[in-house]
Amino acid sequence: MSLTIALAGNPNSGKTTLFNVLTGLKQYVGNWAGVTVEKKEGFYRNNKDIKFIDLPGIYSMSSYSPEEVIARDVLLGKKGEIPDVIINVVDATNIERNLYLSLQLSELGLPMVIALNMYDQVEKNGDAIDIRELERRCHCPVVPISALHNRNIKELIDTAELRVHQNNNALPIGEYPPELEDALEKFAQLAKLENHPKKRWYTSKLLENDRQALSDLSLSAKQKEAVLELREKVEEAFDDDGEGIIINARYDYVTDLVADTYKSGIVGLTTSQKIDKVVTNRVLAIPIFILLMSAIYYIAISVVGGPVTDWVNEVLIAEIIQDNVRTWMEGARVAPWLTSLVVDGIIAGVGAPLGFLPQILTLFVLLAVLEDIGYMSRIAFILDRIFRRFGLSGKSFIPILLGTGCAVPGIMGTRTIANENDRRLTIMVAHFLPCSAKSSIIALFAGAVLATWWFAPLAYFSGILAVVITGVILKKFKAFRGESTPFVMELPSYHVPLVKNIIRSSFDRTKAFVVKAGTVIMLVVVALWFLQNITITGQFADFSESGADSILSSFGKAVAPLFAPLGFGNWIATVASFAGIAAKEVVVSTMGILSGVGELAETDPTALSLAASLFTPVSGLAFVIFNQLNTPCVACIAAYKSELADKKWISFALVYQAVFAYAISFLIFQFGTVLFEGTPFNMWTALALAVLALLIFLLVRPTPKDSTQHASLPEEEALVM
Amino acid sequence: MDMHEDKCRHCSYNKSQESISLAQAEVGNSYRIERVLGSGPVRRRIMDMGLTKHVTLYVRKVAPLGDPMQVSLRGYELTLRRADTSEILVVPI
Repeated sequence: MSLTIALAGNPNSGKTTLFNVLTGLKQYVGNWAGVTVEKKEGFYRNNKDIKFIDLPGIYSMSSYSPEEVIARDVLLGKKGEIPDVIINVVDATNIERNLYLSLQLSELGLPMVIALNMYDQVEKNGDAIDIRELERRCHCPVVPISALHNRNIKELIDTAELRVHQNNNALPIGEYPPELEDALEKFAQLAKLENHPKKRWYTSKLLENDRQALSDLSLSAKQKEAVLELREKVEEAFDDDGEGIIINARYDYVTDLVADTYKSGIVGLTTSQKIDKVVTNRVLAIPIFILLMSAIYYIAISVVGGPVTDWVNEVLIAEIIQDNVRTWMEGARVAPWLTSLVVDGIIAGVGAPLGFLPQILTLFVLLAVLEDIGYMSRIAFILDRIFRRFGLSGKSFIPILLGTGCAVPGIMGTRTIANENDRRLTIMVAHFLPCSAKSSIIALFAGAVLATWWFAPLAYFSGILAVVITGVILKKFKAFRGESTPFVMELPSYHVPLVKNIIRSSFDRTKAFVVKAGTVIMLVVVALWFLQNITITGQFADFSESGADSILSSFGKAVAPLFAPLGFGNWIATVASFAGIAAKEVVVSTMGILSGVGELAETDPTALSLAASLFTPVSGLAFVIFNQLNTPCVACIAAYKSELADKKWISFALVYQAVFAYAISFLIFQFGTVLFEGTPFNMWTALALAVLALLIFLLVRPTPKDSTQHASLPEEEALVM
Repeated sequence: MDMHEDKCRHCSYNKSQESISLAQAEVGNSYRIERVLGSGPVRRRIMDMGLTKHVTLYVRKVAPLGDPMQVSLRGYELTLRRADTSEILVVPI
């Protein structure tokens, strides 16, 4: 018999870890709230007839956040079949707030089993939970488990299975004060719910004035009127609103329940609290944070990145792979153009980004360690104040940080930001700091055109500045203000990082990067190679000789004037910038292919000299910054599609980025040439001054007054309609 | 119908003399929540996290730049921006 089991619980209660243990799937887990945002499904590794649905972590069953709506819809059967049984995953070390959700889950009338996860930690802390008493008061089996250490998992599933076969629907947990119980009973009578299996759920929702639940009940106008009247009376009597009355009653019951079943053995501070005494200390927090970040980037980029990237590019790809393949192909008398396509086009183009693999992997491993320990929420705590100034939230830091490896996981990571405006803004700026692909462009120019050490830091700094400027400017527009969501974030307990988790999360994030190299980049490289080798008249001409009038160069020359005001109005740079939208690594590959040699690495002397011959230091800087801020690669745009999920916002993001990148590069080039290259003040400089003035105006103008102060709540009118 | 009157009744709740808003609370002290003012999603979210009437909490610290604050309640650690705590009325204990 097939069985569907839903895993529900608080964020960071270990649902995803449990899900992975149960299904053998490799969902990615992190020690911060909100890792699972959509529901995920998988089958029991020991019995394929049992299906698990991993719901997003929620604190409550209201319908204010998208996660809550997803969880509710699944549990109410609005998304496919109703689950046969709920396993409520409860963090045993944080039982009070977790049980608050259990109360609400039990109202649904579905068979339920409580999994007391991290029970080993409870024992280790010297605490004790009276499981018998908990079972009695919760009217359902309670199974202590450790998902992390795979303990008692089979018992849990057996219990859940048994629960279904016994046909034991859950009785709602919790007794409320008699006046409230009476009131709920009256709601039941009004809405004819006396014998409804979800009686507790719907009567509570009637008191809460929950719009979604109300529409499910399809009450008559008369009933609605009566419900409204009763609610007003109850609210009057309790001197609180409906939601407040229920929440207080639930928590009061849980407080009692915990007092009767939980014995704390802790005296003094817990380990996490002791660590936080130092790590989030008022004086030490920021220095520690800066030190940690510097160490991570130093290790990833200088220690691993430098030598390993060089070795991959120069030895592995150039000497070992390219040379051998070329020798072999030439030996096999393959047509020279095909050899060139494979060796100089495909291997070179795909190999270039792969050279960054060691460094990106190192970065992701180190960030995953911080994440798994539980440090990321501390970063959000420490930095929130700073980020808020720029219209972002402390939680924006993690996505931007991930963006320095690859912006795609960064964009995905914005899901933890509850405030929709903050989230959109964070998505739009997630690629401003150079990702590992863009760092190849920076490395090329730092070496070739500017020959300075400070160029890479400058690019990072410009990225940060771009984030700040964008935040300040856009936050002043009405579309980015609106209803505020409170910033409430729990600080999870620290735990020792788990090698399994770290491997999984860094592997997942790196995978996106490798897949991109194997697909998009390869296609683009091949396409570019052909476009460059076919003349405008349709003739096939040999590579290095056809450069002047190939399809590609014709296109580049036609569009190039557009970039003349930015200082790189030559066709090669133009084509490279456009190709960069496919993948930013391609910018460097393109310049290599177009130089007629087919190279790859940013250290390759030919690419160096090509870059040097096309750019001055100022136009080089303008070019790099343009490519850094401009439209991100297609992989990011695909991520926009799933995360912004609205054509209007996606188009806005892309247009804003293009205009912003163009404006900034324009300023850099125009002022740079006048200041450093002795160009006299001219019409363009005047125009640049005007652009600068506009930018400053947008930055300093006062925020227009909001007319929508009393951002009215849709719930207020739920009953009227 | 108008629910507004009802909401405003809560807004205009008379603060008893000894209660202060959590935003004014001092680090290192414990407080008991008297009432959570406000309405709608913001209030719901705050209350869902366990900040309900009569619960006691301990203000553990503030972030290096003065905000947000970290409180300990119901056996866990929660951070909140001061701006979001101004409607939480507490009395020192």
